[in-house]
Parts: sequence; structure tokens; C-alpha cells
Amino acid sequence: MSVLYDLPGPRARRRNRLVGVVSAVLLGGFATYVVVRFVHTGQFSAAKWQQFEYASVQRSLLSGLGATLTAAALASALALVFGAVFTAARLSLIGPLRRLATGVVELFRAVPLLILIFFAYYVPLQYGFALPKLWSLVLGLTLYNGSVLAEIFRAGILAVPKGQAEAAAAIGLSRGQTLRVIQLPQAVRAMLPAIVSQLVVLLKDTALGFIITYPELLFESKQVGGKLVFELPYVPTYLVTGAAYIGICGLLSFLAYRLQRRLARSPRIPADAGA
Amino acid sequence: MGDFLGVLTHHWEIFRDGFATTIELFAISAAGSLVFGAALGAMRVCPVPTLRAFGAGYVNVVRNTPLTLIFAFGVFGAPKLQVGLDYFPTACVALTAYTSAFVCEVVRAGVNTVPVGQAEAARALGLTFSQTLGSVVLPQAVRSIVPPLMSVVIALLKNTTIAAGFSVLEAGAISAYLAEQDEPRLSVLIWITIGFLVLIVPLAALQRHLERRWAVLR
Repeated sequence: MSVLYDLPGPRARRRNRLVGVVSAVLLGGFATYVVVRFVHTGQFSAAKWQQFEYASVQRSLLSGLGATLTAAALASALALVFGAVFTAARLSLIGPLRRLATGVVELFRAVPLLILIFFAYYVPLQYGFALPKLWSLVLGLTLYNGSVLAEIFRAGILAVPKGQAEAAAAIGLSRGQTLRVIQLPQAVRAMLPAIVSQLVVLLKDTALGFIITYPELLFESKQVGGKLVFELPYVPTYLVTGAAYIGICGLLSFLAYRLQRRLARSPRIPADAGA
Repeated sequence: MGDFLGVLTHHWEIFRDGFATTIELFAISAAGSLVFGAALGAMRVCPVPTLRAFGAGYVNVVRNTPLTLIFAFGVFGAPKLQVGLDYFPTACVALTAYTSAFVCEVVRAGVNTVPVGQAEAARALGLTFSQTLGSVVLPQAVRSIVPPLMSVVIALLKNTTIAAGFSVLEAGAISAYLAEQDEPRLSVLIWITIGFLVLIVPLAALQRHLERRWAVLR
């Protein structure tokens, strides 16, 4: 039950039903309009959809998907490392190192990701050294998402009760040991959903590779969609590509949600956590 | 160093116009997504199942779609459906459609942070629906809505750069434009970065200020 509405009485139930019917009619009307647009502009024509039966079309879409997943996997791994290193630096006792790391993280979080990718792509070109597009994209994604992850990690570690670190110090663990053995294992549990959500964002952002013409899924779908033989099937191709993105990201988001639910239900420290 | 400064002074008009377009794009899309996002948020907490399902469906589809794909659909797909717009309006629609999903989630989460007892007490006092909403629920919800909403707005400002890849001459497009005039990319990109920092740092500072002020009051 939402906070805004009381349990409906007979009048409210009648009104809700009426609103439900009216909104269903409106939404149905809009859906019909979309279908009519599709029919009117010939989006259901056989040629436009038969293209997906051709091996060459399947190959280019699959290679695009492969390129997207490659960039996402590389950038995820590097961003996690980047985040961990900068979190450690931000929690260090050496003042200048801490301030430098904080500055770097704040800077990369504030700059638009596309501009970071432009830096990674065009600046090496200017000095006559062409970085492969994959690595320009991965570098940009790593710097941005690594900085966001560093922020998530830091918040996660700071959320671990202070007594834990104090107890660790009292039994003679070093700061590094405290971080590794005491604080991280507890923090990771709490921040796992946030980490997965950020990796979904990273996966979606690989689509920016399109703008520097890295041949990822979106780039390949434009190539496929621009084929005159199949009557320029942009719309069907984008629908298929969109479904692929939604499927993959939706699955990961669902995983994050499940993790969150599980972590919320279980006690913070299991009773029999002997190991 | 004089050369670095020269990049900005020689092409001042281009930088000015680029950032003016960025701000225009940002303002229109922000207004649009606040209105549409709030409407979607209202749908997601309302007692009518049809509207709730539509809100949930919209958010789940749009949040899991790359913004670049929405742009590409608007620029290359929509004209094939004969509903294509010019580049700038297309960018506004794409940014609004995308950002609304995030605004909706912030609004929904914010309304749900208000304890149910607050509304029950208000109704027990005999307040009407609009009184309960206006005087009891919203004033409390706004405090938990505004800080994350600022994050969404900042993300929108940064996302406007994607329009540069789709023929809108805004700040992100300056570097490609000046590259044709043989200006060094590095200097141009640094100036663009500075421009964005000038826009974003005050917004982030405001967010931190509100967060700190309202965290105490709750």
C-alpha cells in the first residue's frame, strides 16, 4: 500500500476502475497509432525482416555484440582495479597522496564520458600515434566508471562500523591488513548491488563507441540498417539491437535487485561465520 | 601557453555558441524530463494497475537502453516512420525520454520514504487527499527527492554531449569543428572540459549543500 492512497472504498474502487479503463483505451490508442505508422511506412515488409536470415547480417550483428561485450569486459575489469587502487589511496594516511587521489576521482566524475573518450582517441592521434579504437573506448570507460566505483568503495568502507577497524588495530593488525581482512569483506557485501548497477551503466555506455566508429553493436546495426537491398531496414534492426541491450542489461539489473533483496534479508554478520 | 589561450580567444564565438546550445539543450530537456518524469512517478505510485504497469514497463525498458541507441533511433529510425524531427528537437526528445525514467525512479523512491503513518495521521485528522499530499507527504518527500534529483540533472548535463555525435553543434562538437581548422585537439578538449567543470561544479556544490542541510532536518 502506497503512502498516498487509503484503502479504496466502493466509490474509490469505481473511480479507479474508470481511470483504469480510460487509460487503457488511451494507451491502446497510442499503441495502435504506432502499429499503423509501422504498416503505413512498410516496416513489416518481408524484405526488411528477411535480412536477419542472411548469414552476413547475422555475422555483423554478432561481431558487433562481441565487440560490445569485449569492451565492457575489459573496461569492467580495469575499472574495478582503478577503483580499488584509488580507494586505497584516498584512505591512506599520506596527505598529498590522499588529496591527489580525491582530485583525480572528482575530476573524472565531473567530465562527460564522451569527452574523456575523445581525449583518449584524438589526443594520441594528434601526436601521430593511433590508439586502437577499442582501447580509446576502454580507457575512457575505465577512467569514468573507475572513479564512480572508487566513490562507491569508499562509501562502502566508511559504512563499516568504526569499532571493527579499532578492534583490528587493538589486536595488532596493520592498516593494510585491517582494510583487506576486516573492512573489505564486510563492505563488499553491502555494496555489491551498487557495483553491479554501475557495471550495467558501463555496459550501456559502450554504445558511445559508435561516435568514434568503434565497430560495436550499435555501429554494426547502423551498417546493417543502411542497406538499400533490404529497403533501409533501420527500424527493424534498431528494434532487434534494443531488445539485445535490454535483455542483457535487464538480466544484470535483475541480478543486482536479487542481490539487494538477499543482502537486505540476511543479518549483517551471519551467526556461524567461523571462517 | 600563449598558444593554448589563443585557441580559446581566436575561436571564442564557436565556444560561446557551442556552450549556449548545450545549455539550451540542457534546460529544455531538464524541464521536459522533470514534468514527464514526475508524471511517470505519479503513475508508479497510483492505485490504478494499468498506469502502474505502464510506468514500470517504461522505466525498465528505457533504463536498460543506451542513450546513444535512443539518439540513433531518433535520427535514423524515426524518419523511416515519417515522424522524424530536426536534429535539435530530436536530441531534446531523446534526452527527455531517457532522463524521465531516472526522474521517475527518484520521485517514487522519495515518496516511499515517507512513513505510511504520516498519511494515516493526516487522514485521521480529516485532511483531504490534496491537503495530505500538499501539506504532509510532499514537504517530507521533497527532502529525500532533491539531492538524488540533482545527480540525475548533472548526469543529464553531461549526457548532452552525446548530441554532438548526432549533428547538433553543441559543446561536444567543438573539437571536431576546430580540428578541421587544424587546431590542436588537446588544447580544444581541455577548454571544453573546463567549460563543463564551470557548469557542473556549482551544481555539485549545491547538491552537497542541500544534502547536508536536509539530512539533519529529517
